[in-house]
Amino acid sequence: MLRFIARRLLLMVPVLFGLSVLLFAWVRALPGDPARALLGERASDAGVARVNEVYGFDRPVLEQYGVYVGALLRGDLGTSIQTGRPVTTSFLEYFPATLELALAALLFAVVLGVPLGYLAARHRGGLVDSVVVSGSLLGVVTPVFFLAILLKLVFASWLGWLPSGLRQDPRLDATHVTNFYVLDGMLTGEWDAAWDALVHLVLPGIALGTIPLAIIVRITRASVAEVLDEDHVRTARAKGLAAGTISRRHVLRNALLPVMTTIGLQAGLLLSGAVLTETVFSFNGIGSYLFGAITDRDYPVLQGFILFIALIYCLINLLVDVLHGVVDPRVRVS
Amino acid sequence: MRSTSIRRTGAGVAAVLLVGSVLAGCVESERDGKENTFVFAASAAPKTLDPFYASDGETFRVTRQIYEGLVGTEPGTVEPAPLLAESWTQSDDGLSYTFDLEDGVTFHDGTPFDAEAVCANFERWSATPEVNQTDDKAYYYGKLFRGFATGATAESAIYAGCSADDELTATITLDAPFAGFIAAMSLPAFAMQSPTALEEYQDDESASVLTTPYGTEHPTGTGPFEFASWNQGSGEVRLTPYDDYWGEAAKVDEVVVVEIDTARGRAEALRNGEIDGFDLVGPADVESLADEGFSIENRPAFNILYLAFNQAQAPFDDIRVRQAIAHAIDKEAVISASMPDGTEPADQFVPELVDGYAADVPTYEHDPELARQLLEEAGVAGTTITFNYPTNISRPYMPQPDDTFNIVRSQLEAVGLTVEPVAAEWTDYLEQVQNTPDHGIHLLGWTGDYDDPDNFLGVFFGQQSLEWGFDDPELFAEVAAPRQLTTTDEQRPLYEQVNRDVMEFLPGIPLASPVPSLAFAENVEGYEASPVQDEVWNMVEITD
Repeated sequence: MLRFIARRLLLMVPVLFGLSVLLFAWVRALPGDPARALLGERASDAGVARVNEVYGFDRPVLEQYGVYVGALLRGDLGTSIQTGRPVTTSFLEYFPATLELALAALLFAVVLGVPLGYLAARHRGGLVDSVVVSGSLLGVVTPVFFLAILLKLVFASWLGWLPSGLRQDPRLDATHVTNFYVLDGMLTGEWDAAWDALVHLVLPGIALGTIPLAIIVRITRASVAEVLDEDHVRTARAKGLAAGTISRRHVLRNALLPVMTTIGLQAGLLLSGAVLTETVFSFNGIGSYLFGAITDRDYPVLQGFILFIALIYCLINLLVDVLHGVVDPRVRVS
Repeated sequence: MRSTSIRRTGAGVAAVLLVGSVLAGCVESERDGKENTFVFAASAAPKTLDPFYASDGETFRVTRQIYEGLVGTEPGTVEPAPLLAESWTQSDDGLSYTFDLEDGVTFHDGTPFDAEAVCANFERWSATPEVNQTDDKAYYYGKLFRGFATGATAESAIYAGCSADDELTATITLDAPFAGFIAAMSLPAFAMQSPTALEEYQDDESASVLTTPYGTEHPTGTGPFEFASWNQGSGEVRLTPYDDYWGEAAKVDEVVVVEIDTARGRAEALRNGEIDGFDLVGPADVESLADEGFSIENRPAFNILYLAFNQAQAPFDDIRVRQAIAHAIDKEAVISASMPDGTEPADQFVPELVDGYAADVPTYEHDPELARQLLEEAGVAGTTITFNYPTNISRPYMPQPDDTFNIVRSQLEAVGLTVEPVAAEWTDYLEQVQNTPDHGIHLLGWTGDYDDPDNFLGVFFGQQSLEWGFDDPELFAEVAAPRQLTTTDEQRPLYEQVNRDVMEFLPGIPLASPVPSLAFAENVEGYEASPVQDEVWNMVEITD
């Protein structure tokens, strides 16, 4: 197992390196000029020239690439053109917000998705099944931003039940240690702050979690349905095993394999899908920061943040594969 | 079997509760329960809290609470007014300014504010290392003092020196006239900073000067609020009243500036009671917020939105075509279709508040018939023109460019022109209209920083540019000439003449000065809007 993990980790190196080359080329292929984005309307030609000189944008692209790779090998992702902050520092400052949001969305999707999918499969063709299947179809086709705006309009603006944005009520003056606000509230014993942060996660979590929820429902349903028809389930029934035992030990355990793969894939996608949700809910995480960086042509931030997201995606995939081995003994051998 | 699973679940719940209660109190809570907090939503986080290295409104919004300059502005106007300097005099040759300083002022770290501190600040600005002389950092100093002590601009720099005549008298000497000097001193970039704190926490040599301990954790001025915290992740800045403030003490216990980047998001947060006020209200929200009982504060407009002609492209090199387009446009209709209530049409390239605004510039009435006739004369009736405009952006001078574009387009088509629209995202747009000859007519504008016509006319017509596409050395010289004079009284008639000549030449059409609005909860009192955003929150009150 350890050897497997080590090999997979090593394989990530060329993948990420290749991506860094592509990213470097891609961000520079964007039209627009970071110096002008930095100076805005007041940019004078002389001012732009000086910025290009000091920041090195006027050097040959190959030379810039050399500098970039050299720094990358030392673990330095560079400095934001806009804020002057190191990219790694910014990522670590913004990431907790996004991770918290992604976890909330994933929790919503899994906790609701797996049971719903299971129920639908058990009652194939019945009323529950049709409701769940059509509901999940609706979930898959609803654009995230539309759902986000709709949720906000109904539950924040009209009903006033939930906050319309931000991560926490600024008036609480909560103490922040890790920047995971819910965890911070628990660490410091500020339970009202933890609760408030949790409440702020509800709408963005649902908005971001709906598509994964719909996908998880469908995969679970299909997978459970398939397993239910298999011989070993029939045998188990024939043996006279209790229905609960059959479900848990013989159906779910087998059916959950593809579901886990899906969850892993969705977890990666959640990180990038957070861009829209964060923008709608003024939720300051890597998504909204990345969005700003695209507008500003902040090359180092674009390169660094996307590379980080790719790394996390790779790690989640690895984790899914390892978990596969835990659940399914057949995978362990290979 | 069932009982095991319940037992297991029970154990799980117990474990979570246990972990929770173990975690609780792991880290000391820093809360001390402030009652009267003013929460304000900005559109972006500050870039740094050292205002010398900033030039954006969101940074200055925060630093204005922490720092003060020698000169302020009369509330609600752009007129210079005493602040840290009680009074000042200009020498006979016009090159020296002597400031009498306010007595009994201290910086937040206890350092006394005196003439030595004033000179330390001026010396620091002038000595800015080359790596930080770029326009994204020391923009205002480089621009207004025309250079630094070292580097490429040293030759043109006009700062000669500062002397501390006695404890509370400081004299600044310049090498060349700068009639706008006093007005410029009201810019937040030239606020006084504690020399002791700078010495300890700032590193002007650093290539990442925006993120030094001084700029992120130890900003130290003389203002009514002192720094409490800045959460880099959420962008939230907290300030508390400075107990030894020399002026009117702050009325709230704490100020929090949060970042909500969309106008809609800010409006929703206000409606939900999450914030007490915000800036840059979307024009569409102004009326509905007012109807719902929120108070709207309008800033007197200190900006200009214009429609520019690229004279490098035919037919805009023909004055008759420019005049025709000017007559084709109905500014009132443009305003009602795309700008907030209270917006006035503009008739020249400076807003009315600027000293040098001319009351009698050539004007171009809305007259579609005359426009058609002029186009006919120029032989371009029915011709196709390119119209560039930006999308997904809102600027104070241009709240809804798409709408502005649409109404102007329909007015141009009404006189027989065919409009070919070219839309672009903001940064691409700036690149295209300012750095390439490849554009026709386009929308752009400017918000003034302080009361100086050069801050508008010099920016637009100070030199040849790809944006306007014409080369008129005579006009460039005329725009530059008043800068050789030492007082604004001498400058005024010259600038008035520049305004008249520019409107004769008609390089573009000034459309309007949109009124920027702020919105507040009903129980917020004492917020006075300023045309140059010189808004300090010590008078702000939250009533019950």
